[in-house]
Amino acid sequence: MTMAFDHTQEPLVRVNHLSKYFPVGHRSQLKAVDDVSFEIYKGETVSLVGESGCGKSTTGRCLIRIYEPTSGEVYYEGKDITKLSKQEKKEFTNKVQMIFQNPYASLNPRMTVKEIVGEGLKLNKLPQDQVDERVEQLLETVGLNKDHMSRFPHEFSGGQRQRIGIARALSVDPEFIICDEPISALDVSIQAQILNMLNRLQKELGLTYLFIAHDLSVVKYLSDRVIVMYLGTVVETAETEELFSNPMHPYTKALLSAIPEADPERAKSSRRIPIKGEIPSPIDPAPCCRFAGRCDKCMEICRQSVPETKEVSPGHFVACHLM
Amino acid sequence: MPENILELKNVVYSFKTYGGNVKAVRDVSFEVRKGEILGIVGESGCGKSVTAQCIMRLNPEPPGFFEGGEILYKGQDVLKMNKKELRTFRGREIGFVFQDPMTSLNPTMRIGKQIEEVFRGHKEISKKERKQKALEILRLVGISDPEIRYRKYPHELSGGMKQRVMIAIALVSQPSVIICDEPTTSLDVTIEAQILELLLELRDKLGTSIIMITHDLGVIAKICDRVVVMYGGKIMERGNVDDIYYETAHPYTRGLMNSIARLDSEKKKELKPIEGTPPDLFSPPVGCPFAARCEYCMDICNEMPPAEYYFDEEHRTACWLQHPQAPETEFKRPVIKTEGGEE
Repeated sequence: MTMAFDHTQEPLVRVNHLSKYFPVGHRSQLKAVDDVSFEIYKGETVSLVGESGCGKSTTGRCLIRIYEPTSGEVYYEGKDITKLSKQEKKEFTNKVQMIFQNPYASLNPRMTVKEIVGEGLKLNKLPQDQVDERVEQLLETVGLNKDHMSRFPHEFSGGQRQRIGIARALSVDPEFIICDEPISALDVSIQAQILNMLNRLQKELGLTYLFIAHDLSVVKYLSDRVIVMYLGTVVETAETEELFSNPMHPYTKALLSAIPEADPERAKSSRRIPIKGEIPSPIDPAPCCRFAGRCDKCMEICRQSVPETKEVSPGHFVACHLM
Repeated sequence: MPENILELKNVVYSFKTYGGNVKAVRDVSFEVRKGEILGIVGESGCGKSVTAQCIMRLNPEPPGFFEGGEILYKGQDVLKMNKKELRTFRGREIGFVFQDPMTSLNPTMRIGKQIEEVFRGHKEISKKERKQKALEILRLVGISDPEIRYRKYPHELSGGMKQRVMIAIALVSQPSVIICDEPTTSLDVTIEAQILELLLELRDKLGTSIIMITHDLGVIAKICDRVVVMYGGKIMERGNVDDIYYETAHPYTRGLMNSIARLDSEKKKELKPIEGTPPDLFSPPVGCPFAARCEYCMDICNEMPPAEYYFDEEHRTACWLQHPQAPETEFKRPVIKTEGGEE
């Protein structure tokens, strides 16, 4: 497959050695994200995958300044997002929006749909009649109608609430949307509705997505490039086809082999590559390969130094001492 | 054919609310055979969990109540049991693994004590034997260092480990059936695979029958022998796993399969979701519950519930499209017999 994105151009988002530590207890640090770097280009869908606790949501939140990074920089269109002036900050929040995981918790239960979706517009000092018009338009875009405007979130089903969340994100005409597990709280038949809508919106509005997910079938279906994280570090980055057909890192291999396939013959014949044990604690991890303790190909060097990220083929990066 | 351990016959279960009665389970019949893994699949609100909880009478009654039917466990009707009989039935004959291991274990009790709690009231078992049994079962479900874990509290264990403890509690009295209600939904894929493999292994080792309730078709494909597809409180289709996946005979089952992104689906090609939303169970539709969302819906579908059409002894579906007078569709197959419904 040829890529439709010009990777020689300036990336839309550049994450440079980003780290986010949380202090826990006495002088201990939980290294949620540790030295992560990647780029996102205009118009593409990049997925961040990994198991719970790998730091994928924290990374997403650092990108939109819900969290301030401990160290490292995030550049949006070449500007460091932590060093924006007041005016630039406002522009930034209009360009970057987020869709949250849990549609039951991310909508204010005391606000009507009109207030929720129109809040961003009001902050942009749009007159009330224009706000109403725009909200109506937005609700239509996401498959709801204007009768829903005066209702409260509890009157909607999960799928409908997620649509409201999406309308809210779209209200300020963003360029870049961070989707933090937008469908994992929804029913199977509703998931497809939301996925189709995200695809359609991307085509119509030229959006760029950072898609945070743990469902690998969905990730394969939706994304152009995949970043695999493990315990706060990026272990492998590649284009989707390449990653799924030719995974290089032992963790990626194990993760891909564990996907439950909805096909009895293949599900029963597939061989899972087992991973030993459980994810270790991210509190004060040893300065070595994070996967070393569970890796079946672990060598001595893996326990001594952090592997460097190497480009094994164009666009395919792996952080492993085996390479 | 292996013997039936558990049989549900025309079970109707409802909940009383201020808004009227919610008919959660409407005329459901199926059987569980010795040593098999039976999957019950459906979306939220389709009645799969209520059905499972009915079997052990775990739903609070009131507001829940049986409107009819019987549940036979080895020939004995669970609905006619008194409190004492129910207690031993729940403890010794059937185990239950709940969806969320984070909230279903008691946070103030050590793991070992929670497993031993099953034996409370069993005077014939000494304290030492209990501990022995608990350690044995911990080892069986693949927990390393059982002596150390025995003294841990739930918060000291990871999600996968807690789910193993839940399975241990369900298994410790050696029941003949375990009901697993979405046991892997809150777990990561690698841990999910481990738990599913553990269930398969336990079935082979102990010959326990398992009822697996899930909405994940991947989980069903991996471990189940037979599948029951539920929608709107009714069974839409049932059969061996291969029948359901490769010989799909009901538009709802087909819709479920089409609406998931698979590893081999074409990238960004539009998925085919099932339009609309599930039926309102306060006043369930008189005909087929899926009629309102079905693209093959005929007039009759809204008026009368369909009969159950048998393609062979295992594979059956409740759908008007199988009626001899129905138009030819991709679903139509030779029918050997029909049951229920009015002609």
